[in-house]
Amino acid sequence: MSIQSSIENKLKRAFSPERLAVINESHLHAGHHHVESGHHVEFDGKGETHFRVRLVSPAFSGMSRVERHRAVNTALADELKAGLHALAIEPSAPGEKTRW
Amino acid sequence: MSGISEYIDSEVKGNDVVVFMKGTPGFPQCGFSGQVVQILDYVGVDYKGVNVLTSNELRQGIKDYSNWPTIPQLYVKGEFVGGCDIIREMFQSGELQSLFDEKGVAVKAA
Repeated sequence: MSIQSSIENKLKRAFSPERLAVINESHLHAGHHHVESGHHVEFDGKGETHFRVRLVSPAFSGMSRVERHRAVNTALADELKAGLHALAIEPSAPGEKTRW
Repeated sequence: MSGISEYIDSEVKGNDVVVFMKGTPGFPQCGFSGQVVQILDYVGVDYKGVNVLTSNELRQGIKDYSNWPTIPQLYVKGEFVGGCDIIREMFQSGELQSLFDEKGVAVKAA
């Protein structure tokens, strides 16, 4: 299963979101250089390294920003451990303004 | 506490505003770290940048210390504030500036 599908499935299971968008932004980072674990890495932009997740869920009501991010990071702990390089998170509760 | 978490703890508690980042404020080596630097510079606070790329131990250590899997990470007066997304949202809504006021961190007039 692709990392994208795996992220989508886990977020659906954890948050039952009213709206969900999982966007692979790896192509935006093609050619970027990073030092990872002492190794020099250049992203080719073709993989599944950079994601942005947007979700609206009642689960976030009453949670602070940090708590929301922690909840998403926990749901995606396996992906982060497996080397997902970047995860941008836009969590909203129903009724809050979104820009997507 | 291991050596690295003691070092991190002393940076967090010894600086009013400290950002753990990839690269330095003068030469960020990651777009997300660069965004936080730009925001802090714009707001006009004094802060310390700690470059986590100087050692693997530090890079992993800050993730464990904060229980937060990504870099950058911002601390204000010893309190974890968040990563790039949270800092940007707080800046756009004016909450970041309010936080510095509440915590008594001097902000230079733009």
